[in-house]
Amino acid sequence: MAMTIHCDIVSAEQEIFSGRVTMVSATGTIGELGIMPGHAPLLTGIRPGPVRLKKDDGEEEVFYASGGFLEVQPGVVTILADTALRADDIDEAAAVEAQQAAERLLHDQTTDIEFSAVATMLAEAMAQQRTLAELKKRKR
Amino acid sequence: MAVGREIKKKIGSVQNTQKITSAMQMVAASKMRRTQERMRQGKPYSEKIRSVIGHLANSNPEYRHTYMEPRDIKRIGYLVVSSDKGLCGGLNVNLFRALVRDMAQWHNQGIESDLGVIGNKASRFFRSIGGNVLAELTDVGEAPSLSSLIGGIKVMLDAYENGQIDRLFIISNEFVNTMTQSPVIRQLLPLEPEQGESSEHRWDYIYEPDARHLIEGLVTRFIESQVYQAVIENGACEQAAKMIAMKNATENAEKLIEELTLIYNNARQAAITQEIAEIVGGAAAV
Repeated sequence: MAMTIHCDIVSAEQEIFSGRVTMVSATGTIGELGIMPGHAPLLTGIRPGPVRLKKDDGEEEVFYASGGFLEVQPGVVTILADTALRADDIDEAAAVEAQQAAERLLHDQTTDIEFSAVATMLAEAMAQQRTLAELKKRKR
Repeated sequence: MAVGREIKKKIGSVQNTQKITSAMQMVAASKMRRTQERMRQGKPYSEKIRSVIGHLANSNPEYRHTYMEPRDIKRIGYLVVSSDKGLCGGLNVNLFRALVRDMAQWHNQGIESDLGVIGNKASRFFRSIGGNVLAELTDVGEAPSLSSLIGGIKVMLDAYENGQIDRLFIISNEFVNTMTQSPVIRQLLPLEPEQGESSEHRWDYIYEPDARHLIEGLVTRFIESQVYQAVIENGACEQAAKMIAMKNATENAEKLIEELTLIYNNARQAAITQEIAEIVGGAAAV
């Protein structure tokens, strides 16, 4: 039997996942992270992007997190996401639309916009689509 | 028949009051379901972040935030979470009683306190009894947004940072169940290590990208989520307490109506009997 680690994903609105997994991968602020049982204590921020869990029954689950924090303790991985979704719940059309809206705002220099806010919007929309693409690849 | 007109009027007015209280009970019941749901949803996050912060306070990080350094206590601060509206039984009164008792204990040790109040009831209470109120947040509504709370939190955090207060507590009602809500005082600052874990074993996290930014971000998020959760939970308590208070009022009105109806019927019966007696007496005299 494979070694497992307990993983909790919570967002400000609800608990998304809680259970034993053999591996967690997420996008940290300075790059992709893969966490397996026995990882050293780690505290990091996470960027908008997919969070993949390999469960102890070999199944994989994909979630989308829009940034937050990730903590590794001996035996527990906790992901505190600002907002998190099951990948199946992402609305693809809405994600594409949000991306286009953000790009339009960026190109449209005449309006008085907060650059960082729009950049975040764009990053989130693209991360959602990335999550979806990954999910589709897996299903095939 | 003039007899009992006053009683009849009284019954009518009690019935009207009963209609109002039973309507308020139903409104509170439906609001309670909503606020309870909101409270339940936010709970996992606030609990998880508290345990992460607990771990952090236990570790020996390379960067120590001012919020992590315990200081000698010279003055303390409270964030008081109360409801905006009344008619919710002893909810706020019990909270204030617990708070005043705690303040008195510190006072006996020569430590004074500053207050940040959330909700109309607390602000009115401390205006009438006095108390050094630093920040006041009123009319936060039933579904407060975090951004509407931040101002008040900031004042208390600033007071902590520039050394005006050396400890910050939050006092609010805890939702045990629909019938029971109990006031609890929790320490916000300095951050408390998680119970049951020893900090003797020296360890530290790996930080990505750097400890300072990460800890600052996490600590801010922690305080916000704790205060937000307390306000949400207090909201659920308020609706539950209101529902119970209105239920009692409706039942009391029912009892009152019954008693009054009995008195009214007695009076009416007496009047009829007397009238008959008079007629019979008159007929006999003829």
